[in-house]
Amino acid sequence: MAGVEAPALYRPAGRPAGDAVWPAPLRKLLSRRGRRVPWLLASLTVLIVAGLLSPLALVVVQAVQAGWSQLWPVLGRAFVVTLLWNTVRLALLVTAACAVIGTGAAWLTERTTLPGRRVWTVLLIVPLVVPDFVLSWAWSSVFPSVQGYFGAALVMVLHLYPLVYLPMTAAFRAADPGQEEAARSLGLSRTAVWLRISVRQARAVLLGGCLLVCLSLVAYYGAFEDLHYQTFTTAIFGELQTQFNPAGASALSLVLVVLSVLVLGGETAFRERGRLQRPGSMAQRAQQPVPLSRRTRLPALAGIALLAGLALGFPVAIVCYWMAAGVSAALPAAVSLGSAVGSTALYSALGALASTLLALPVALLAARHQRRWSRAMERSTFITQAIPGVVIGLALVFLASRYLGFLYQSPELLVASYTMMFFPLGLVAVTASVLRASPRLEEAGRALGRGPWAVRLTVTLPLLAPGLAAAFCFVFLSAATELTATLLLVPTGVQTLATQFWAYAEQGVSFGAAAPYAAAMIVMSAVPAYLLGQFFDRRSGREAGGASVMEAIS
Amino acid sequence: MSAITCTGIFKSYGSTSVLNGLDLEVPDGAVVTVLGESGSGKTTLLRMIAGFDRPDAGTIVIDGQVADSGDRFVPPERRRIGYVAQEGNLFPHLTIAKNIGFGLPRRERGSGRVDELLELVGLAGMGKRYPHQLSGGQQQRVALARALAPRPSVVLLDEPFSSLDAGLRASLRFDVMRILRQQRATTVFVTHDQQEALSVADLAGIVHGGRIGQFASPETLYTRPADPAIARFLGEANIVLGTASVGAVETALGQLVLADGNSLPAGPAEVLIRPEQISLQPHDGRPCSPGQASGQVLHREYYGHDCVVLVGTGDDAHPLRVRCPGGSSVQAGDLVLISAAGDVLAWQAMANN
Repeated sequence: MAGVEAPALYRPAGRPAGDAVWPAPLRKLLSRRGRRVPWLLASLTVLIVAGLLSPLALVVVQAVQAGWSQLWPVLGRAFVVTLLWNTVRLALLVTAACAVIGTGAAWLTERTTLPGRRVWTVLLIVPLVVPDFVLSWAWSSVFPSVQGYFGAALVMVLHLYPLVYLPMTAAFRAADPGQEEAARSLGLSRTAVWLRISVRQARAVLLGGCLLVCLSLVAYYGAFEDLHYQTFTTAIFGELQTQFNPAGASALSLVLVVLSVLVLGGETAFRERGRLQRPGSMAQRAQQPVPLSRRTRLPALAGIALLAGLALGFPVAIVCYWMAAGVSAALPAAVSLGSAVGSTALYSALGALASTLLALPVALLAARHQRRWSRAMERSTFITQAIPGVVIGLALVFLASRYLGFLYQSPELLVASYTMMFFPLGLVAVTASVLRASPRLEEAGRALGRGPWAVRLTVTLPLLAPGLAAAFCFVFLSAATELTATLLLVPTGVQTLATQFWAYAEQGVSFGAAAPYAAAMIVMSAVPAYLLGQFFDRRSGREAGGASVMEAIS
Repeated sequence: MSAITCTGIFKSYGSTSVLNGLDLEVPDGAVVTVLGESGSGKTTLLRMIAGFDRPDAGTIVIDGQVADSGDRFVPPERRRIGYVAQEGNLFPHLTIAKNIGFGLPRRERGSGRVDELLELVGLAGMGKRYPHQLSGGQQQRVALARALAPRPSVVLLDEPFSSLDAGLRASLRFDVMRILRQQRATTVFVTHDQQEALSVADLAGIVHGGRIGQFASPETLYTRPADPAIARFLGEANIVLGTASVGAVETALGQLVLADGNSLPAGPAEVLIRPEQISLQPHDGRPCSPGQASGQVLHREYYGHDCVVLVGTGDDAHPLRVRCPGGSSVQAGDLVLISAAGDVLAWQAMANN
């Protein structure tokens, strides 16, 4: 710096200000100006996570209180090994089949010139709104031979493949065609590109979908009861309802939780570390659909039509058939149908509202304040995905019967169970839109002269609104078709659509009497499902939304 | 009066120190560019002036009012600043007109101010569109219009053109600077592009090591850089070793005259020779006369109006960059005689060099 006497207009003042003499870390400690820890958000999140994980603790407490002498007769039986084997072999077959069918169908409807792609996309997603126990009932009421291992596998695949299909569709849509072109230019054939680039790009998403399939599968009760296939959930219900042994039920449910946590842990371990990165502002070129030749078009079309027919057309047709066939038998049903619709809508809506509101602080903390502990907090809420509905139901029954008697069989408890069970679903949708409502936009609003709350109201909230609505829809349709926890917690004298359907269908009283409830459930969840489809469709379309959908789902 | 004064600004993220006692004084109504490499803390500085981040220590005064000091903090919405970020940050849920009107008081939103600004940035009639329907350059114009709408006394630009391609960038920069000068707003413009920094500024500062290394007019920065690092950062520079004496410096290219006011102790020196100060002649085999060196052309880059030639002089690590007329016929492999002309700058060579 010596030498040149540059005629600088300004020379730095020789001494920095007084507080600047401290070394940096110390200065930071002394200064009150470090980055604020969002205490309100953080403490809310801690409370929410603790609440979500409390069922686990309750089930453990219940088992411990019962003592080893009471648990051993339940856990020590060879029966438990049978249950494990049944659950594992079914999970393996169904997950593999869903992965293949979901990925293949997603690729056909998203990336090829298959005729009627838009329509097929909708038809292939809709089976999500047909509850598992309605689908199993539709099959077994017409083909009594659909039962046991293969019957359960058939029904589960037809019910669960959309959990792979839906995210894979979004992933294929968001994929950068530039990478596939680069692979082609490096000499890979079209098939090799498909395997090594297209599917691989979406591997995290595929894995996430398979995880959801596994976790849902082990948590179901109604379909397996229907199809006479023994799993942990049916055994837990057996302990409760025929053995009257709640401690035994909680012991079995602990095994179920361990199984689910293993699945979750396995997925996390396999998850690809490096995520797809694309320079943010670069516009992505539209993808060129792969043309189907005359020879491949027909089989492809037939396959897609068969899938949609078996998963959606068949159960809908059966419901309609039984409604028409059993007009007289349906008469008793007609009386309580209105009240069942009302209570289902009310409890589902309250659960959806609670899940959505609770998801907001967790999503905000994780997305906006990326510190290790806030990430860990958000991650830990995913453990709740691995807590099956039956466990939450058991825990809440135990809580109410043992400690909070006034809550026993109260509507609050049922709503609480929906909230806990479907919180992860709400979190997925809310996170997607929190990522969109960047804090940079809030800053831009502040610089334009609006205060923090005005900015939250006029910038952040409108950007979050679609995500909040989607979260609400997601939880609502799941709660409206929930059977397992509802059976355990439904208030005395109240019937929901699911429990009423179950009452008629399980006892084999009358297929005709059950059918209207099934129809009502399907119709009731179709509307939010449609809105949800719109949300994810739009998110993955423009505004670089695809990446955040992948982020949210995987 | 809307000058900005930053004094003794410190900022660190974790254990990484970004700003280290930075001082900056932006005169009222001036366009000041802050230049620095990526990660040098330019954006951090701008965000602190805007009030989005807070320094660990130091004082920021805007318009004669303390905006940030140890115990006083004025939130961004009360600083009357316009801020344009690299990504534009338009509100995706609002139309262009509503974006521009966002910072206006309610009664002014329908008063024609929005149309006036749309006109100003050349987007008249596009008010009803949404941000995603515009191109990148148009989005940046909207971001500028939105920032200017409330008539801020200070405008902060954070690499607003860096995501645009070269042609668009130059023309948009020209338009934007014209508008800003019309509005007489005090402007701080942060960039890592030295051409951009020099071409638009009244004054430019270079951030280096968490402080402003030199703060001066663009001409001064280019012709009188304070040290070799700044010289290299601003344009092409050859730094050669030499020996200083009174008023001159002895180098491999002969004795060169020091520029006025450039005095340094006798002894080893680092000498700045710009590529346009060097000329080449064909080597005819005779020994070099004093003031000449011989070399071999390694490489030639042709730019149309001129070309840049890399000449090896035995010091392979530091070939000389020479600017030749576009019509010059030198080719790679030619042997050449090198000479330099004009005044040069020199600094005392550091012991470790």
